[in-house]
Amino acid sequence: MNLSYSDCQHTFRAEARDWLASAVPATPLPSFDTKEGFAAHREWERCLHEGRWGTVTWPESYGGRGADLIEWLIFEEEYYRAGAPGRVNQNGIFLLGPTLMEHGTQAQRQRFLPPMAAGDTIWAQGWSEPNAGSDMAAIRCTAERHGDRYIINGQKTWSTRATFADWLFGLFRTEAGSERHRGLSFLLVPLDTPGITVRPVRQLNGLPGFAEVFFDDAECSADNLLGEEGGGWSVAMATAGFERGLMLRSPARYQEAARRLVSLYLAQRPAVDRDPSVRGAVLAAWMRAEAYTLATYATASRLLSGGHIGSESSTNKIFWSELDLELHSTAMSILGERAELQSTAVDCEAGGAWLEGFLFAQAGPIYAGTNEIQRNIIADRMLGLPRS
Amino acid sequence: MDFQFSEEQRMFERSLREFLAAELPTERIRGLWDSERGRSDALWRSLAELGVLSVLVPESDGGLGLDERDFVLLAETCGYAALPEPLVDSALLSAPLLAAVGGEVAQRWLPALLAGEVRVAVATPLDLLVADADGAAAVLLAGGSAGDDDGELRLLVAPPADALHRQDSVDPSRRLFSRTPLGGGDLIAEGDTVRQLWARALNRGALGAAAQQLGAAARVLEYSVAYASERKQFGRAIGSFQAVRNQLADVAVALEFARPVVYRAADSLARGVATAARDVSHAWLAAGEAARMAARHGIQSHGAIGYTWELDLQIWLKRIWATDALWGGRAWHSERLETAVFSPDVALGAGHTFDEGT
Repeated sequence: MNLSYSDCQHTFRAEARDWLASAVPATPLPSFDTKEGFAAHREWERCLHEGRWGTVTWPESYGGRGADLIEWLIFEEEYYRAGAPGRVNQNGIFLLGPTLMEHGTQAQRQRFLPPMAAGDTIWAQGWSEPNAGSDMAAIRCTAERHGDRYIINGQKTWSTRATFADWLFGLFRTEAGSERHRGLSFLLVPLDTPGITVRPVRQLNGLPGFAEVFFDDAECSADNLLGEEGGGWSVAMATAGFERGLMLRSPARYQEAARRLVSLYLAQRPAVDRDPSVRGAVLAAWMRAEAYTLATYATASRLLSGGHIGSESSTNKIFWSELDLELHSTAMSILGERAELQSTAVDCEAGGAWLEGFLFAQAGPIYAGTNEIQRNIIADRMLGLPRS
Repeated sequence: MDFQFSEEQRMFERSLREFLAAELPTERIRGLWDSERGRSDALWRSLAELGVLSVLVPESDGGLGLDERDFVLLAETCGYAALPEPLVDSALLSAPLLAAVGGEVAQRWLPALLAGEVRVAVATPLDLLVADADGAAAVLLAGGSAGDDDGELRLLVAPPADALHRQDSVDPSRRLFSRTPLGGGDLIAEGDTVRQLWARALNRGALGAAAQQLGAAARVLEYSVAYASERKQFGRAIGSFQAVRNQLADVAVALEFARPVVYRAADSLARGVATAARDVSHAWLAAGEAARMAARHGIQSHGAIGYTWELDLQIWLKRIWATDALWGGRAWHSERLETAVFSPDVALGAGHTFDEGT
């Protein structure tokens, strides 16, 4: 154990910092859940890619830097510190990308990874259905094999980024009459396929961050099957492991939110201290952001020496989502009557970022597997308690 | 940047864990409760033979010349075993303090302490109570008799029986005595050197206690999982009910996120980084929170049997509750953390978690 950075790691950080200082847009981009914001964020992905900073952990042959997980954490710290835009292609780069590298064929990797890295294909997720939320094995959307094609019918919902995205990945039932986890396949589907209808769903902030996706005899090439036919569940679990485990929420996001929370508190301290509980809440949020960072460095160290992601994917997901709520709820109580003000209001604080973050934080304990499901996983697999 | 313990560190932990599992079953702990001294000289000598007392003592003084990173897992293991002996305080405070004072004092006491032939208790500047003063051949005292003067280090050899006022703890394994009557002794060091020694010693003591809290919390969780898996109500194991499962899952999460905070504090102390005091206080608070949660949910998952003297769970619950107030307690550590975090000149945020990561 030695918690200091090597010279190489310092150099890597300096290089990232220099590049970001010159490349990050001076004014924040519009939300990627608007048409113009989506386009602006796609441009930013291209810019990241040209600087080779879009996919730092990927091999160089796919446009990455072959960075290890510690370097990834360093890059993320610099990224959030620089106030760089959100990653519109997170679904692709952080979730599908690693899954393709693990389960994809060489041809699939070569076909899908470069355009994903370049921002040419932005990905949406297609897991949930009207009757398959937490119970994902209840998926009913069918993909029937006809020679070298699948014919897809059914409906996906709560499909993040699908309103403007190019492609969707998700699970479909390829074996007629199969039940639960069996007979599901992991397919990659272009959203402009005839027979697909995308209906935007507005989220709590009024923007269409979700969509419902309807499949009506939509055709999909069998080349787009990731992993074995009928073996989609385990491929999806790998994706879910990446999502919850490490790459979806790097600690830098919370380190920066905690920093902003402390300065918000200090700036308004005499007034805020009239409620003595706030001081403790600010300190507790800072401590948890720090703990999340330390735990992530510990996981990264373990994975670097050959370990595999395990129960961290569930403990992390609970921890960061509840931390995010805590950070933003505390900020809201400091802001008092200004807390409700939208970015368009004259007196809003920090461009409405706290309110936006507070709304988004409500979703944290729900998406990527609800925290109730995570607690079940911890009870089953980490503690070995009897199944409920 | 490497957050992993070495194979040697893990092996040391394993050997202590196996030793304590074999030598300190709960019947033995209960046996010590009923004995007059509450301690076992044989056990103490065996622990010394394992080298556990010598970890932080320089090799030139007959120690292992290692640091806090090598000790933190051992302290965690002591918490897991609910070891009644004052091993952690002796290894983290008594032995290194004596080594730091050096000279004749060290020559006279250190070899005997490291060999497990004697015990040397410590009364720090923070203490109202002194642990294990009765079985100690000598007591290291902060200041004279006031107990709050950290500019003096005294050594009281063979504390007289009339200065030993026993105060009973909720935890029968703890042997506590009033601080005030313990005075006098020889002045063995003074001035800024002593202040620095105490500052380091207090941080080490708090780190050791935080690590023991982790171990105790893990043990309570184990007991609770085992009980909830076996105990049946409504025709099924109570551990299959989500109300019970969720509480225990929350303890697991709290522990997962307290551990790296404690390990980091060990690294900060070992490397002497500028944030070491802040990191120790964070560790104290995080480990305490996880341990209190483990105790609360642990007793709840046991139901009425958890509220009995008979069940061994009480050994760890009481240790957790008692430890939570030591080393300045939550107030002292929160205050210290606040000073560090709510300071306008402190750099916070992404990239500042590790001192030189700016």
